[in-house]
Amino acid sequence: MNKDLPGWVDFGLLPLLNLLTAFLVAGIVVLAIGENPLEAVRHILYGAFGYGNGVGYTLFYTTNFIFTGLAVAVAFHASQFNIGGEGQAYLGGLGVGLACLMLDQYLPWWGILPVAILLGASFGAIWGAIPGILYAKRGAHVVITTIMFNFISFSLMNYLINEYLKMPGNASVQSRTFEQSAWMPKLTWLEGVMPGISTSPANLSFVIALIACVFVYILIWRTKFGYEVRVYGASPSAARYAGISTTRVVVLAMAISGGLAGLMGLNPVMGDQTRIFLDIPQQAGFVGIAVALMGRSHPLWIVFAALLFGTLYQGGAELAFEMPSITRDMVVVIQGLVILFAGAMEYMFRPWVARAFSMREQENG
Amino acid sequence: MTAPAIQLQGISKSFGSVHANRDIDLTVEKGTIHGIIGENGAGKSTLMSILYGFYQADRGTIAVDGTQVTIRDSDAAIGLGIGMVHQHFMLVEPFTVLENVMLGAEGGALLNKGRAEARQELQRLEKEYELNVDPDAIVGDLPVGLQQRVEILKALYRGAEILILDEPTGVLTPDEADHLFRILGQLRAQGKTVLLITHKLREIMAITDDVSVMRQGQMVATRHTADTSVEELAELMVGRRVLLQVDKGAATPGKVKLEVRNLEVVDDIGVRRVKDASFQVRAGEIVGIAGVSGNGQSELLEAIAGIGPIASGEVELFDISGEPTGWRPRHGLGHVPEDRHRMGLVTKFTARENTILGYQRDAEFGSGMFLDRKAVLEASKAQMERFDVRPPDPSLKAANFSGGNQQKIVLAREIEQDPDVLLIGQPTRGVDVGAIESIHRRLIELRDAGKAILLVSVELDEIRALSDRILVMFAGEIMGEVGPEASEREIGLLMSGVWAEDAA
Repeated sequence: MNKDLPGWVDFGLLPLLNLLTAFLVAGIVVLAIGENPLEAVRHILYGAFGYGNGVGYTLFYTTNFIFTGLAVAVAFHASQFNIGGEGQAYLGGLGVGLACLMLDQYLPWWGILPVAILLGASFGAIWGAIPGILYAKRGAHVVITTIMFNFISFSLMNYLINEYLKMPGNASVQSRTFEQSAWMPKLTWLEGVMPGISTSPANLSFVIALIACVFVYILIWRTKFGYEVRVYGASPSAARYAGISTTRVVVLAMAISGGLAGLMGLNPVMGDQTRIFLDIPQQAGFVGIAVALMGRSHPLWIVFAALLFGTLYQGGAELAFEMPSITRDMVVVIQGLVILFAGAMEYMFRPWVARAFSMREQENG
Repeated sequence: MTAPAIQLQGISKSFGSVHANRDIDLTVEKGTIHGIIGENGAGKSTLMSILYGFYQADRGTIAVDGTQVTIRDSDAAIGLGIGMVHQHFMLVEPFTVLENVMLGAEGGALLNKGRAEARQELQRLEKEYELNVDPDAIVGDLPVGLQQRVEILKALYRGAEILILDEPTGVLTPDEADHLFRILGQLRAQGKTVLLITHKLREIMAITDDVSVMRQGQMVATRHTADTSVEELAELMVGRRVLLQVDKGAATPGKVKLEVRNLEVVDDIGVRRVKDASFQVRAGEIVGIAGVSGNGQSELLEAIAGIGPIASGEVELFDISGEPTGWRPRHGLGHVPEDRHRMGLVTKFTARENTILGYQRDAEFGSGMFLDRKAVLEASKAQMERFDVRPPDPSLKAANFSGGNQQKIVLAREIEQDPDVLLIGQPTRGVDVGAIESIHRRLIELRDAGKAILLVSVELDEIRALSDRILVMFAGEIMGEVGPEASEREIGLLMSGVWAEDAA
């Protein structure tokens, strides 16, 4: 059944139904370990939105997920399944960090930022483009290559940090801390409405993430290249007919996808830790897949999906703290359920909703 | 007098506000071939889907062999002895013929016994109905004609007494179609009942005993085939008299616009698909390429269009003064591809987005890297109006237009670019009679306006009605050139690989 449903059903009602199902199942899990699910929800919401510092953390995670969600979405439009966001973000973090390490003696943050964006995006873009080239030229499946590139990036970064970036005589595996001039500003201007937010890691990267959403929207729906990407994604044979180069579309889309994932590095590297450290992406590359699926590869909905996962991450931490019987692992289970219902099984309720709609139409017609 | 095989009374079915079937009565006598014709969207497929249990009728009754029945799903239909051969085959391509036939009727957890039984039964069916297929062949390797036979075998293996065929000849070569008709004749002789859905009037006249005509969801007439004529059926279908012959004056060919020299196309696995093709197309003429489907026409067309590989040879376009111009795909060279669903349109996109398919980089639709959405919308509106696309709604998805209107969207797009040379593949495949007429007229107008048109079609009638010269292809080779007045026999001989000199 591939019936057309109104937009608000596809983008609003169905994700909501999926989400409710996920929470229902998660609630049963919470009940099973002898806790009150409503109480758990209260802790999650309070942790995520109840106080300035919590809101800040929620926004911090959300920022990561917007970048990686956009990355997966752009590749999706070219019918490529980029699950290498993790590696691309890691390399992007390296680019951002290198920009800061090179320039923090000389420039303020706003002078470094363009260079950091450039390096972060291009490191990620290269890491995304190589699997794209391998697919376009040799037919190597992007799912396989990107996941392999994740592993390569982990090893590569381990090597680079240990051999070149680590401070001599220091045991911790990380680069030197950037000079304060290179730190991305916190969201202090929100301090008035959200006291305490500047004590959290939330930083200007959030605004850059929102700008990236606008960029992706314009790229996909307003440019000639975006049109070609969508034609290729919808029908490779029509793309061939229209004289669209497969290589160009796939490689560029994968590069842009990788570049967006790479920009995620801004948030933890320049905005929070202010050094290059191990495991920069912290799984955000994978969460991005769920975010893109739930957000139907549309920037606006990706913001909401990212916010949902940001809430679960931050609220989940609060929950594990407030209800000791719900461990950190249990929180991961709940997040997993949301990914399962909202991402992997996004169309589960669609046939029923479609049937309900055609019945209603029949009565009205 | 035996009870009719199928008797439908007062069948109605709506989808939303669309009445797909309205108060349909239909009686199909046992042991006959009953044709159902109608334009695309007349409700034929819906009616058959109701009979096969895919849809439930809103109202009305179905009786099979005189007993009233409810058909909830296709299993129930099979149980009643109704079998269906779909337009798009439902076969597992990597499986063998035998495995496909026994699929769903394996009989037990181990396959040995079922396989032996199926093989025996297959041999019997083959003998009885001229349904020759190698039971151990891989279905994906078989030509479509044979795949269709496997579908028929599948239905018979499940004990079908009533066989529904949905547009069975759409994918077949004339030879394969003839063979299919012989098989249907055999089935009738054995007392089976056949329901044939088609929009090709000639097939109806050639093979059916009775024919029912549908129009806009209603059954408008049922006739004994012997008592009716193509003209009457065509009129019943569209509700007015249609031109089966295309009115056209003599062509006045001008300068050479397109020249193909020694063109060779070799496919991925090294087979020569087009062999040493050379010809010219002049301004103001339509050159038709006839041939049984799969003899290199598609490859030739794609190679000239610049989207298929060329192994060797040249394609040249010429401007007004006869000077060769650059050859760039889709520029000065319109291309209506053979398969509009796979190539000519992105069916998921709106009509307006399809307006620029292939021309997305043109300055007319936006300077620099951005698309000028207003210009695209204006172009879409203008094209829809000029080509009478219905409904004239640029925001409607391409998939939601009827076949004829989809084809008009493609034609409009290619023609509005005002190319000197037009490559046109299967212009009326899956298009209803009313739209065929308007598309044919449009092509003649273009010819008279001085366009050079290369037409590829597997419908011999179409080629003969439209072309000023006909090139016949067989096994990748151009066998010869004939005029439109050439007899069907002459063209048929060329199509089957007999050289022109020998055929004459």
